[in-house]
Amino acid sequence: MGYLLIIIAAILVNNIVFSQFLGICPFLGVSKKLDTAYGMSAAVIFVLTLATIVTYLINLLLIKWELEFLQTIVFILVIAALVQLVEIILKKISPALYSALGIFLPLITTNCAVLGVAINVATKNFNAYGLDYNLLTGTIFAFATAVGYGLSLVLFTGVREQLKLADIPEGMQGTPIAILTAGLLAMAFMGFSGVV
Amino acid sequence: MSKNAKILLNGLVNENPTFVLLLGMCPTLATTTSAINGLSMGVATTFVLICSNIVISLLRNLIPDKVHIPAYIVVIASFVTVVQLCVSAYMPALNDSLGLFIPLIVVNCIVLGRAESFAAKNGPVASMMDGIGIGLGFTYALTLLGMIRELLGTGKVFDVTIFSEDYGMLVFVLAPGAFIALAYLIAVVNKIRNK
Amino acid sequence: MERLQSNLKNMALSLTLIALIAAGILGVVYALTKEPIAIAEQNKQNEAINLVLPENDRIEQIKAEVEINGQNDSLKVYRAFKGDQLVGYAVETMDPKGFNGEIRFMVGFDAEGNIKDYSILKQGETPGLGAKMNDWFKAGKKGQIAGLNPGKNNMIVKKDKNDKGQGEVDGITAATISSRAFLRAVDAAYRAAFSSSDNAIAADAATGATKTDGACDEAGEKTPAADCCAEAGQDAQTTAEEA
Repeated sequence: MGYLLIIIAAILVNNIVFSQFLGICPFLGVSKKLDTAYGMSAAVIFVLTLATIVTYLINLLLIKWELEFLQTIVFILVIAALVQLVEIILKKISPALYSALGIFLPLITTNCAVLGVAINVATKNFNAYGLDYNLLTGTIFAFATAVGYGLSLVLFTGVREQLKLADIPEGMQGTPIAILTAGLLAMAFMGFSGVV
Repeated sequence: MSKNAKILLNGLVNENPTFVLLLGMCPTLATTTSAINGLSMGVATTFVLICSNIVISLLRNLIPDKVHIPAYIVVIASFVTVVQLCVSAYMPALNDSLGLFIPLIVVNCIVLGRAESFAAKNGPVASMMDGIGIGLGFTYALTLLGMIRELLGTGKVFDVTIFSEDYGMLVFVLAPGAFIALAYLIAVVNKIRNK
Repeated sequence: MERLQSNLKNMALSLTLIALIAAGILGVVYALTKEPIAIAEQNKQNEAINLVLPENDRIEQIKAEVEINGQNDSLKVYRAFKGDQLVGYAVETMDPKGFNGEIRFMVGFDAEGNIKDYSILKQGETPGLGAKMNDWFKAGKKGQIAGLNPGKNNMIVKKDKNDKGQGEVDGITAATISSRAFLRAVDAAYRAAFSSSDNAIAADAATGATKTDGACDEAGEKTPAADCCAEAGQDAQTTAEEA
């Protein structure tokens, strides 16, 4: 039961983009076409979940050797390495998806969401709804958070595609109206608070 | 105007990371709940930016091209960790208000972006000026956004009450307000620049 | 000077060198800041404790097991003494079911169980709503709990009712969940300070049997602790008689 709560909370209640402000940089860049949005979401889900598992395990070592102050460096290097790995694998398996994602794949390295979630899980800074803080709950939380990221990305892209047909005042065109849309979506997501 | 002064001004106006380059959005939205938080975040990021720019510029010819990303990351992450340790030791209150976003400076697109686009191709002094300029631009953008959100949300600026909190629009201190305030700020800047 | 070639030797060399220098510098900074960090943490704790306690000159720390929201948790209880006299308790209490997760704060009682003050350590509640708990319940404010006694007063929000009757505390407007969590934590703190049998017996040693009886009577109303307290009271009485 706790697992279900963690999942719902991560996807809706504490949505990583609309509630925690992580992962926004690529958000504005990738959200122009739905296809890229789907691809990016899939990539983020994969990288984020995998990165959380690996960094959690490495963090156990860091704690054992009293090297917690190296956490930031080690984590970001692990994430960078993982993204390289994903790039190589994707190039081999699906060159089409690889070229569709283009610059955005290496950009996952600098996606605050990945490092942010990794740190949050490692420092037990999330609500486990009564369950123990271990690798399983951490992984489920990371996966659900990434799904939440994908959800918000797809929603946002969908709205933006519609906006292309709208008549927007000159100053608001492009980025401002996109960010304003994100704000309205954030307001909508606030409706989920208190659900769990 | 001297070349270095031009570089500095560039970061403040023409290539302002927040309003023009649209980089570093995450901390921009998350840490601007009040003017002082925005200012602190800006200063911390500026420190990392200046240091990493200088070091990367000094090492730019010693780092082979194929490994330049991990090398830059190690340099930047080291300075971020130094900031983390110093803040926990000497300014614990700041730790509470900025929290997770101090280590997140390492993935701030601004820092890595400037390292790649400027420090890797220019000398240390120029890189330092660029770091200062961009950093100042980022800091003033964050402080401005923080002031607006704090004023509209709680009626205070830098904890000085301007009007009663009862007239504040709470939404500006919350998530949606961050997006909304930023959107309008960028719109205004766009309008001014396109005149 | 031309950039180094991207051959294996150069790449490995340059990365290793950078990594070593970075690790070295960080190790030094870490060693330098280790103590200030520990001191800063300790200060934060001490500040919170001293803020909520009555005047004292010595503090002892114990751990008390209490039930919070169906789960058994261990809270830190700080007992304050002036000379040999027990003057109050500070408890680092928490409730995991705030609106937005765990809320954690320090609450201080005097020796009779009257609340003196509290100091929020950690909360992630909504600003303008639940976050108002930072000072909503303080002396002089709408939800003042200072002076109330969980052993005598019904420490729940006014709109709630339990077997003791209607609540007596003004909850934060439009933030009932946060208020309820806060008050649950205050109740847990009270139980930790006054109902653990260890506490009762040790307190007796410092202040005399009468004092212990008094504390037990108030705590006796709380069902889980009643038995152990009654026992402790009896033990204390016997000890006092023997002394």
